[in-house]
Amino acid sequence: MHHEETFTDRNVSEQSAYFYVDIEAYPTTGWDKFKQVVSRAVKGELFVGLWVVMREMIKFDIHTVQYPKEKLPIGPRYRAVHKLLRLWESGYERCIGCGLCEKICISDCIRMDTRIDENSRKEVTEYSINLGRCIFCGYCAEVCPELAIVHGGRYENASEQRAHFVIKDDMLTPLDLLKAGEQNEYPGFGAIIPGSDASVKKTPLAY
Amino acid sequence: MDVAFIIETIAKIVVILLIFSALAGLGTYFERKVLAFMQRRLGPMHVGPFGLLQVAADGIKLFTKEDIIPQNVVKPIFKIAPVITAATAFMAAAAIPFWPQFTVMGYTVHPIVADINVGILYVLGVMAIGLYGPLLGGMASANKWSLISAARSAAVFISYEVITGLALLAPLMMVGSLSLVDINNYQVGGIGNWIVWSQPVAFILFWIAAFAETGRTPFHLVANDHEIIDGFGTEYSGMRWGLFFIGEYANMFFISFVIAIVFLGGFGDGTIAGAIQLILKVAFFFFFFLWTRAAWPDVRPDQLMWLCWKVLMPIAVLNVVVTGIVMMF
Repeated sequence: MHHEETFTDRNVSEQSAYFYVDIEAYPTTGWDKFKQVVSRAVKGELFVGLWVVMREMIKFDIHTVQYPKEKLPIGPRYRAVHKLLRLWESGYERCIGCGLCEKICISDCIRMDTRIDENSRKEVTEYSINLGRCIFCGYCAEVCPELAIVHGGRYENASEQRAHFVIKDDMLTPLDLLKAGEQNEYPGFGAIIPGSDASVKKTPLAY
Repeated sequence: MDVAFIIETIAKIVVILLIFSALAGLGTYFERKVLAFMQRRLGPMHVGPFGLLQVAADGIKLFTKEDIIPQNVVKPIFKIAPVITAATAFMAAAAIPFWPQFTVMGYTVHPIVADINVGILYVLGVMAIGLYGPLLGGMASANKWSLISAARSAAVFISYEVITGLALLAPLMMVGSLSLVDINNYQVGGIGNWIVWSQPVAFILFWIAAFAETGRTPFHLVANDHEIIDGFGTEYSGMRWGLFFIGEYANMFFISFVIAIVFLGGFGDGTIAGAIQLILKVAFFFFFFLWTRAAWPDVRPDQLMWLCWKVLMPIAVLNVVVTGIVMMF
């Protein structure tokens, strides 16, 4: 289930949003301290506190997310565990084995092995990402010319073996899911901008 | 002394011990839940329905934990200190009438272990001995936080015991008896006869002192987590630490009973309605202990002593004097 959350703008832009808290001078003499105690007791600051917590208890507006049962929605551009996508029509892997992701990876965690197959096309035989080392910077997804490697939303990476983090088959969209039309395009780093078809130009052959 | 009396007394002791040990456990559950709700959390949820069995889980954990006696502690005192806290808390319950007397199959039961003529004095005295638990435990622990906590408990102890005594003096002058049953019977006849109306100042003072007595939040400086870790409890683990806990929560219940009986009419005329009222009053005071913990900040030890000696004690003395003058004329 794909969920997109609308995010509120939390940037404080107005200068007037900040103000200095008015701090009274500390009482020094005994009489001043006594007056402070009395005024605080009579003004009922203690009871304001009691009322606030009681109000919250009565409103019962619980903010706890019971995590394994409930999950917070994550942003559409969230950079969690990578996915390898397939071509919609043919079901082939999108990856052309260009090696750009392997080259750009700053934590050096992507390894790939390619060969030239019978049709003289490049085929990816091995593709692994060491998620124990990956810093999820998103460069691989950004640099990929084929939108083949993208980030997904799967952020639960508990496993018994570190080797479980590097399996290509776990990242690649299974064929049955692809046929069911459940391969999600990633709107984050490296994705096609809306309306990008219009900005495509013919390769200028003049130079 | 006939055999029936001895059997009845032992039965009462066992019942009170069982009920209030269980209540102390449930008290921790209620505290967690109430604090959680006031802070928009859910509290324990996973063990049993609504987390109710969390108490059992904690109990099993505490009972089965290894009994660790750290190096360099004064062993006999370290071992006995939690027992002092728990034992004195329950000993104090001996003179508290928990329920009006009732008749079961022609046999009249007095739900008080011993209706001694110095009742309230005994209760306060034994509760005061309970302070030796934190004091000795802290001093024996070979830990600086515990030592600070022990010093604080001694200082706090001296400060608030004065208020407790002086605040109670005025109501006792009016009643003319130290027995909690007599104090209760003095207020029979409806809300108008409650001592809280004639002694509101003493009521407030005693209530404040009760917070210091039980070490609850505004005066939680004996075991203040954010300053001195767990104070006297830092070096304790397992059941010894659990005994401190049971003592603290049992104390909260018993002091709630004392406030309700001395100032708010107790169980009134002794009917079922009066008994249920007493439970409700005690529940309110117990809830108030949790409520303040969610709402109020802690004071420093010097602030507590300043408050006790320079503000509350003069007010308490004035209250006693004014009560005496009013009673004389």
